[in-house]
Amino acid sequence: MVKFILWRIGILIPLLVLVSIVSFIVIQLPPGDYVDSYIRNLELQGGSLNDAQKETLQRQYGLDKPLIVQYFMWISKIVLHGDFGNSFKYQRPVADLLMERIPRTIFLSLASIFFTWIIAIPIGILSALKKYTIWDYFFTFLSFLGLSIPGFLLALILLYIVFTKTGNMITGLFSPEYRDAPWSIAKFTDMLHNVWLPLLVLSVTGSGGLVRVLRATLLDELKKQYVTTARAKGLPEWRVIMQYPIRIAINPIISTIGWMLPGVVGGELVVSKVLNIPTVGPMMLDAVLSQDMYLAGGFVLILCSLTVVGTLVSDILLAWSDPRIRFD
Amino acid sequence: MANTLSNPAANAPKGYVDRRSKELLSRHHGTRSKRLRMAEQLLEASQYELMLVKFKKHKLAMISFWLLVVMYLIAILADFVAPYSPLTRFGELVYAPPNTIHIRDEQGNFHAPFIYRRVSKLDEKTYIYSFMDDTSQRIPIKLFVKGEPYKLWGLIPGNLHLFGIESETPLFLLGSDKLGRDMFSRIIYASRVSLFIGFGGVLISFLLGILLGGISGYFGGTMDLLIQRLIEFIMSIPQIPLWMALSAAIPQEWSGIQKFLAITLILSLVGWTGLARVVRGKIISLREEDYVTAARISSASDMTIIFHHLLPGFTSYLIVHITNSIPGMILGETTLSFLGLGITPPNVSWGSLLQQAQDVTVIGFYPWLLYPCAAIILAVMLFNFLGDGLRDAADPYSH
Repeated sequence: MVKFILWRIGILIPLLVLVSIVSFIVIQLPPGDYVDSYIRNLELQGGSLNDAQKETLQRQYGLDKPLIVQYFMWISKIVLHGDFGNSFKYQRPVADLLMERIPRTIFLSLASIFFTWIIAIPIGILSALKKYTIWDYFFTFLSFLGLSIPGFLLALILLYIVFTKTGNMITGLFSPEYRDAPWSIAKFTDMLHNVWLPLLVLSVTGSGGLVRVLRATLLDELKKQYVTTARAKGLPEWRVIMQYPIRIAINPIISTIGWMLPGVVGGELVVSKVLNIPTVGPMMLDAVLSQDMYLAGGFVLILCSLTVVGTLVSDILLAWSDPRIRFD
Repeated sequence: MANTLSNPAANAPKGYVDRRSKELLSRHHGTRSKRLRMAEQLLEASQYELMLVKFKKHKLAMISFWLLVVMYLIAILADFVAPYSPLTRFGELVYAPPNTIHIRDEQGNFHAPFIYRRVSKLDEKTYIYSFMDDTSQRIPIKLFVKGEPYKLWGLIPGNLHLFGIESETPLFLLGSDKLGRDMFSRIIYASRVSLFIGFGGVLISFLLGILLGGISGYFGGTMDLLIQRLIEFIMSIPQIPLWMALSAAIPQEWSGIQKFLAITLILSLVGWTGLARVVRGKIISLREEDYVTAARISSASDMTIIFHHLLPGFTSYLIVHITNSIPGMILGETTLSFLGLGITPPNVSWGSLLQQAQDVTVIGFYPWLLYPCAAIILAVMLFNFLGDGLRDAADPYSH
């Protein structure tokens, strides 16, 4: 077990290095460099720079050096000082913006995974137990629909429905009066009034696939002989099902949390944009559209690193909970 | 020699084919002689013929297949099917709701489908147009009407449209947008980008997937290790932020075609991994087969073995996998364009059409702007059903 964990952590380091290289490429891809964007920004505000100033700036940011040196300057600043560079658009250090937005994205992503299970597990079980009944067909249809509708479409449609039925517009995480208020019970309940919609959207789109998997595994398990044996021994039906088949069928779902992470994080980005939730999504989109690349690159770096680490944690948890995994 | 060996049907045990064909046959009706003829054909049927028979029985998949064919035909013949060009503005009919198609007039008489002439009125205070039907003027909807001239695929000039009305007031089947453009025509034209991006993306990821998956599975060793780690890496990072960041690098001044290609490339950079895994798994399981050893002894080159002897053995799986990955591509393009990072005006895609619907107040007043949603959901669902049917047909153990 210790060896397995060490091996997995050993793999993590090259992966994180790869992530950082990808993020650096992302920063470098758009034409022009930091100083060009800086000058463009300055000109928009009516200022200008002469060539000497430009060169000084370029030297200051190490832009006259080869790319590989620039990469090491960039990454060592991040690792040693937590300095991600500056955002043009917000005129603030990228690190501050990350600290503000990333926790909300993590919270929404984890909460939506949790709700995905709450939705998918009972439906999958019901669908398998009541095979080929109207309920099964109904939920099968719904899960196909869930697979086919991207999160942002569902968000749009639900927004429209809520708007026409109640006349309320659900946008953002808090009502205006609580937006800058310190945390309190009132603020928390206010958040609950708003947060259900993004959570619902994310968990419904995520559960389509899970329901299919759960139904298939449970159907396979129910056919097995130990189920027949348990029944023959006179166990009540609910115990026959709850005792083993369901536990086995749920296992792969819980253990694939790591595979869900990339999709959930990505979905969260787009849904947040539609619902105007102050997480990473809207800010990252802004950054990309205005080519505020240090900010965009910072988001890519942090989001990707977090999912890579999340996958690792879930792998270790899986190995800890399921002895069969460790021996491969 | 090599050909018979690589044909899996020829390798299958005779009993298996017998059993399959009997099972398939038991559900066919017709005269005895017809059934006997079917039986003879099935005995000699190749794997693909058996798959086809099985696939044809999957009703939902068959319907989906033909509906998709229709959708693609409409996309190809967009200029002919759409009554107007995607950029034609009807200035006074801004945010006009969809026309209601009547077959019965006010007096209760039946007619061929028609619409009433629409009159728009500008509210002096709010500057919002309101629309009313003038029930005294019927405008019949006709098939094959002459309308706006167009050049089909930029080559063939024409002015014939599948349907339309002969009047200066336009026919808005699905309403109009904020510049008074016909939503129906725009959705039809947008399907070109949205439907074909799936094909383009799949083509590139197919090539990458086969190449890298093939190398990984066939040669094994260090290459395998490296490629597998690369795949795991790509699969473990979230796609959407990466797509977003990469599409920021697409220059604004690029033409529609260039942007289309760039987005296809971005989508397939991530999309090939799944296919590479399928290819690798299958090649590993097939490469130790006797017929491959035979080919190797006959000094066939590695490339010949991979492409001539191994690949045909699991083409069916590849087809299934490809069908299942097209919806992801379509949704990817839609998402990017919806965010304003993909296809941009004047070009249209389903995602870019939905950009107008980002604002809740706009959808609240003009819900028909959500119609592109229906097109997206329809296309993706049809591909899902088709993929499901193909998977069942390709799997010899499914019933």
